[in-house]
Order: sequence, then structure tokens, then C-alpha cells
Amino acid sequence: MKHARVAYAGAIHHATPHPRGLQLADGRVLAEEAVVWLPPIEVGTVFALGLNYADHAKELSFDKQAEPLAFIKSPQAIMGHRGQTRRPADATFMHYECELAVVIGRTARNVPREEALSVVAGYTVANDYAIRDYLENWYRPNLRVKNRDTCTLLGPWLVDAADIPDPGRLQLRTEVNGSTTQEGTTADMVFDIPEIIAYLSGFMTLAAGDVILTGTPKGVVDVQVGDVVTTEIEHIGRLVSHIVGDEVFGIPAAPTAKA
Amino acid sequence: MNGYFPALGLGAADAFDRCAATVQRYREISYTRRNQRLAVNPFALPLNDTYLWRCDQPAPVDVPLETARGWLAAGVAVHAPVRGSVYGTLLNDRRALQALGDAVHQPPYKAPPQAPVLYIKPRNTLCAHGTRVVVPAGVEGLLAGAALGAVIGTTACRVREQDALACVAGYVIVNDLTVPHDSFYRPALPFRVRDHSCPMGPWIRAARLLPDPDDVTLSVYVDGIRQQQASTAGFIRPLGRLLQDITAFMTLVPGDVLLTGVPAEAPLVRAGQSVAIEIAGLGRLENHLIPESPSFTGNKP
Repeated sequence: MKHARVAYAGAIHHATPHPRGLQLADGRVLAEEAVVWLPPIEVGTVFALGLNYADHAKELSFDKQAEPLAFIKSPQAIMGHRGQTRRPADATFMHYECELAVVIGRTARNVPREEALSVVAGYTVANDYAIRDYLENWYRPNLRVKNRDTCTLLGPWLVDAADIPDPGRLQLRTEVNGSTTQEGTTADMVFDIPEIIAYLSGFMTLAAGDVILTGTPKGVVDVQVGDVVTTEIEHIGRLVSHIVGDEVFGIPAAPTAKA
Repeated sequence: MNGYFPALGLGAADAFDRCAATVQRYREISYTRRNQRLAVNPFALPLNDTYLWRCDQPAPVDVPLETARGWLAAGVAVHAPVRGSVYGTLLNDRRALQALGDAVHQPPYKAPPQAPVLYIKPRNTLCAHGTRVVVPAGVEGLLAGAALGAVIGTTACRVREQDALACVAGYVIVNDLTVPHDSFYRPALPFRVRDHSCPMGPWIRAARLLPDPDDVTLSVYVDGIRQQQASTAGFIRPLGRLLQDITAFMTLVPGDVLLTGVPAEAPLVRAGQSVAIEIAGLGRLENHLIPESPSFTGNKP
């Protein structure tokens, strides 16, 4: 089953897919464009993996890691399907990252690899933008790159884990303005989902609502204001975001448009 | 429940049946976060004095300092007073950066930090005054990072340095417990985000009671003996500047806590020892460190 959280007509609703778009729990059937899509769950701790696809790591000139390169985002950084993502005027290289997001469904500590998928509630699609201009080599990737407002999207649907028997064999694809720019498969992860859960739960307690973004394959390209970016994962969903400029946020033109 | 699925309260029986199983699952997923929310936005009114959350009470209260002190002296246990996102600032103490010497110009860093170097203490790390904190097996001890936590009271997006302190509701003592590590190149999750590695409390004190957050004295006591005394006065970015530089790219919301920085040379605390952090005007945050039990296997499914 697929689940969404949407805002419509003054309230926040649980919704499920419908041939004409989506259906709220109270029976109302609506078009996709008629609602505001929120992240499909209220997230707890959000983890993300860097360099977790060998081809992408090579694309960025990195060798394989000895252990997963994991970092944390704050819940405030997350937004939903069809959201607006800001490209600052001074950015020269801003790219999307299509990622399979794993949603934890129960408290988990010291979970062995073999049992790790049993703590997964479901999956959704993530688009985790990065602006490489702001990268620094201190706790890299630093928060200025990876915890920016509007730069991490989740959705549209949370798909029950029971409906995805093999999360390690899903096709990923990104389109910019309708042209495919990134393709890959979750089979190419350096550390697969059970390994990541075993790794994280080996030194900390995971809880229901925690989310793990599992990394992106190669094929990241610079996106521009006005672009429509669609990150799609087989059986999970198709997540759309719109790149907008500083002026949408009332930020004056350079030279004060930094950061 | 109704806050999440308000439609379910409207009596749509068939919709309820269709969604009952889903709702149960959502209840689990949302549970922890929802509980956090109870304390995430408590600052609709400015804080008066001393804001704390007794474990035997359903919600936090704002009372005179003497009342709060009396409760602690009587053995009342407290929760962490707030449960928003906690952001730490690395290397904001000039001496901590200087201690790295020329290494800041060498690989892997290649250049000194430009923007504030931040990290997140996620929800599993949060705990209270009095919580017993486990030292992981195989680790000699934890560094006691004394920090002043600025508790955000109003949403802060692209604030200017000169206005920034207006978004701070109050201040809290934080002990940013860290497994010692030498490299700051990669986000150091196994060192930074151990369970209960972020005690805070025992209370928040209203911002007006700490007029200059850029000149407070932090003291660390291990088993009652002072091991460190430092000041926020030597920090590279004062709090207002930190808030300006951070909210330039990420919005802080009520209940979030920003640590202004941990002084260089944090003392090591071992299992079996107690650690206390004092900040004049705020109080004293004390925790005991205990060894990891060999039988502890967590909550396996």
C-alpha cells in the first residue's frame, strides 16, 4: 500500500493513490495538483549516505570508503513532492541526487544485518540537492551544502516494506525538463540497506520515523532556475521539484545574495 | 491522532476501516516525534524565569529559580526542557582552531573553515540532568564538551547579526559528550551521536537573565573537582554572528538549540565518574557515566 500526507482545504490528511490522483481518508478524490504534498511521514532523525554508489564516487574522484560515509540532516530541512527548491544566485554547480529513502518502523539497536530489513516500515523517494560551491573539508559534506532550506525532498508516497520484496534491485532515474540525466540501480550500492542499518544501529538507537537516504548513482548535472527535476524509483514513486531563484524568496540581487 | 488524520474524527466509518491498519502504523511512526512536539513550541509567550519539566508533571513550567532549585534539592527528576533540533558548532573557540596549527592548510582540510562548522545532535542523544550516560565498550572515556545552548524562541530565517539575539528565548547548559577523535574531515557520527551523548538542563533560563552570552564562564567538574574553566569571550563568532551565518541557509525554529561552541581541551570523563558543568547565571548540569553492560543488546526485533 502507498501512503501520503497532504494538506487540503484547511487540514492535513492521510491519502492513498486513486486512478484520478489521490483519495483522502475521508473519501474525497482529488487531482495531484489540488493538494499540497507534505513529506509522507513526520521525520525523526534523517541520515544520508555519501559516495554510496561506486560509479558516483568515481565521478567525484573518491575511493571506496572503509565504512559508510553517513551524515545527519535536521527534520526542518525536509519538504514534500512538488516543492520549490532555491538556487542561490552565486551558485555555479547545484545538482540533484535521486536516492532511495528507507523509513524505520520500530526502535532498533544492534540489529544484525540478517534481521535489518525487519525494522523497515517502508520506502520513499528522496531528492537531496547539493550546492558544491559551498563544500568545505570540515565535517564534509558540511551543513551549508547538505542541510539547506528547501534542498531535501521526500515523497510523494511511503510504500509499505511488504510491497517491496527486494529493495536492493530497484531502478533509479532522474529527468531534468523531461530528459533523462541519471540512471542507476540500487543493486550498485557500496553498502546495501541491511549493512547501513546494522552499521548505524551498532552505535546508536534508531527509532520509528527515522529516515535513511541511501546515496545516489552517477549522473549528477547542474540545474538552473526554471528547471523541473523528477527523481523516480521503480515501484516507489516519482518525486518532482521546481528550481526557483532568490527573487521568489525576496532576496535582493548580488552582491548581497550570498549563501 | 486527530492532529495527524483529522478526517478520521469525522465519522467516515468506511474510510476508518480502510485505514485502520495504516493508522496504527502511522501512530508508531509518528509517536516519538509527536511527543517531542509537546515541548518544541513552548515559547508563545516570552520566558519569565526558569523553565523546567518535572518527570512527574505532564508539561514544563516556568517558575522562580528558587522554586526550581528547591525541587531539585528535594530529589525531583527532570526531563530535558526542550526537544527541538540541536546544532553544535565545531572549532568556534579560537584556541581549538589554533591547536590544529598548520594542519588546517594541509590535506584533507586544505584551508581553514570559512562558514561555521556545524553538526547535529539527533534525538537519540538528548537526555536530562541526572541521566546516567553509558560509555561505550572499548572507549576510554567521553570528552565533556561544556556548551552554552541558545534556545530559539521565534522562527529565525536570514536574521541580521544586530537583531539576532531577539530570536533567543533563553539559555540552557549542554554537555556535548564526544568519543575522542582526531579528524574533523568527515561527519563523525560514531563519535558524536551516541545515545544520551547530549545531556541538557536542568532548565532553561530566560534570555533576559543572561544579557551577554558572549561572555559567560563555563566550568567542568569531574567527581567534584574542577578540571576546566573557560569563557565564551574568546570565541571566533559571537552568538549573533553565528545566528546570522547559519540562518542565511537554514531556518531555526522554536525549540531548536544552538550550541555556541565547546572550549578547547575538554576533559575526559570515565565510566564510574560524575561530570558537572556550571555556567554562572544558569546553574549546574550533572550526570554520571556508567560502563556499557556486556549484556546490553538493545531492542532487537
